[in-house]
Amino acid sequence: MRPEQPPPTQRVVVTSPRTGAPRPRRPYPTSREINEQSQLGALYMRSLIRTQRTLGLLVVGLVAGGLGTLPLVFKFAPSVSRIQVLGIGLPWVLLGAVVFPVFVLAGWFYVRQAERSELAFAELVERS
Amino acid sequence: MNSTYGVVAVLVVALGTMLIGAYGLRISRTTSDFYVASRTVSPWWNASAIGGEYLSAASFVGIAGLIFAHGPDMLWFPVGYTAGYLVLLTLVAAPLRRSGAYTLPDFAEARFSSPVVRRVASGLAIAIAWLYLLPQFKGAGLTLHTVTGAPDWLGGLIVAVVVTVNVVSGGMRSVTFVQAFQYWLKLTAIAVPVVFLLLAWRAHGGERLNGPEFPVFRQTTTVDFDTSTLIHVEAPANFSGHGLLDGVRVDGDQLWVNAGEHTVAAGSSFVFPAGETVPHLESLPHTTNADWALPMAEGGQFPLYAVYSLILATFLGTMGLPHVIVRFYTNPNGRAARRTTLIVLGLLGIFYLMPPIYGVLGRLYTPELLLTGDTDAVVLVLPSRMVGGVGGQLLGALVAGGAFAAFLSTSSGLMVSLAGVLSQDVLKMRGVRGFRISAALAAIVPLAMTVLVGGIPVADMVGLAFAVAASSLCPLLLLGIWSTRMTTTGAVAGMIAGGVPALAAGIVTISAKTADQWYHVFLSRPAAWTVPLGFVVMYVVSLMTPGRIPENVNRVMVRLHAPENLGLEMNEEPSMSDIRRRTGT
Repeated sequence: MRPEQPPPTQRVVVTSPRTGAPRPRRPYPTSREINEQSQLGALYMRSLIRTQRTLGLLVVGLVAGGLGTLPLVFKFAPSVSRIQVLGIGLPWVLLGAVVFPVFVLAGWFYVRQAERSELAFAELVERS
Repeated sequence: MNSTYGVVAVLVVALGTMLIGAYGLRISRTTSDFYVASRTVSPWWNASAIGGEYLSAASFVGIAGLIFAHGPDMLWFPVGYTAGYLVLLTLVAAPLRRSGAYTLPDFAEARFSSPVVRRVASGLAIAIAWLYLLPQFKGAGLTLHTVTGAPDWLGGLIVAVVVTVNVVSGGMRSVTFVQAFQYWLKLTAIAVPVVFLLLAWRAHGGERLNGPEFPVFRQTTTVDFDTSTLIHVEAPANFSGHGLLDGVRVDGDQLWVNAGEHTVAAGSSFVFPAGETVPHLESLPHTTNADWALPMAEGGQFPLYAVYSLILATFLGTMGLPHVIVRFYTNPNGRAARRTTLIVLGLLGIFYLMPPIYGVLGRLYTPELLLTGDTDAVVLVLPSRMVGGVGGQLLGALVAGGAFAAFLSTSSGLMVSLAGVLSQDVLKMRGVRGFRISAALAAIVPLAMTVLVGGIPVADMVGLAFAVAASSLCPLLLLGIWSTRMTTTGAVAGMIAGGVPALAAGIVTISAKTADQWYHVFLSRPAAWTVPLGFVVMYVVSLMTPGRIPENVNRVMVRLHAPENLGLEMNEEPSMSDIRRRTGT
């Protein structure tokens, strides 16, 4: 291997203040509370986890709960299965087509809400 | 069916996969590249790759076959396969990515800091992967047999060889490209023929399936019986042919056969006239078209149990599949992991619109499959049956190529993750060489198992892998991510309490003939009792052993749940060398 050439030194003229540099922080930012496993930091984390868990369970619960009633309906109210939509039986329409956009919508809603609560958490940590 | 085009299609897919793999080889140099594509994969590529990897033989041929035979109750398979990603997205995706885990054992280790939890998780991951590879090889054999008449074992062997060579030479980087390509290939292969099939169906008068009649032969149809078959004849039937019927030799005479059960000897060949009601394989349900088109009309024992068990297995099993987990590591952060999963939901939804159409049209155009029992072949046979001439042959070839792509891509994904677990946790061999030896081992075991397995539909076999995942690794993930009370003892107990019975039920279903027993459904669809068992045992044992909560649980929770780039200490990315140091390999 050839020895590394040192990069040529160069004079640089500074024409504006360093706006990209990090702003000075307060002595005890929230990130430090969390890093040091203080009570306050643990509280912040627990609230974030609880928010995300509630949201996730809510979305899954609504979708799976709605779908989960269908076998019961088909079993105990067979007349519902005989309903025709555009010449196709209702069970086929629901399970063959309608569920998939519902999944995407539910997923999209979840992603939006989850990112919002993460953003709120990030602001809390960075601003303090 | 004319086999030339089909053979060409299968060859093109196999060679194309290997070529793209070789292209990937040139750019995958370092160990880190080899494993995780250096995380340079965008959400769209990643989502296509997940779709390509996930849409297996069960999705491509199996679902249509089950719907064809059993009706709309089987729509729960595609619904569940997709809903699994909604559960994954909402409860697992981002924390799993943030845990830095490459395999499920990595997650177990990261969350519980315990080699025992890790070992149990590896054992289960390996079992699930082998259980899932088995139907892929079976399905490949079926496809090649349908297209060319080649013996059943040959297709499985070809898939095993192509995938092993590809995985061994290219690693994950190329596999990501291959998988993304496979999704779009599969979507094309299943969607383009649908357009022509629907046009042909309309041209034939748009016949509906709500009458009180049984499926009938549309044209004079010759049916060959490869194996000795017990058939059920609905009404006195009239046909001709050669072979042995109920032990009596038949040689070209016209036969009048009474309603009821009859035995057809292997090697028989019968010709059924157009308009004749199709006799059914005895083990398949015999329903009129109108009854078939209704859910929960088939009868059978414990139909509600069967449906809910399937729902539980598929909704919760997806997150525990080893090849799905690996994909989350190639996302740069938790946010990208969520977006990737959302795209996957859309991609799967589009694909799953197609298989039911094949199942329904098969009822009209390929009813003889109800007699031979090759219901999984409906997707493969339908295009050349419905569309005449070279066009139909080409569509048939397209479908055969797509089916082969399905076996190749799912097997590749499973093989990569399985080889990862094997090399790290079982063989304890470092680096690329260990990975390659493991890949070969990963293929040989299920290939040998295909010899032992009887005629179970591929989608049912895949369902068993889901059930094991849902009963063991799903509780580990969900409780591990969302509860701080989990202990190492609880994790191990829960995984064993849920996973071992599910695995045992699966092995009994596959290897023994229990179909006539009243308890059959509890073995073939075990999830409804094994999933609650896994969750309850894991939670209760954890509450009983509070001293075994991992010491660093709060730090781990920060890492799992806090967004990246906040300057929190636990968010530091573990590098591959960290992971390997942690895992002691």
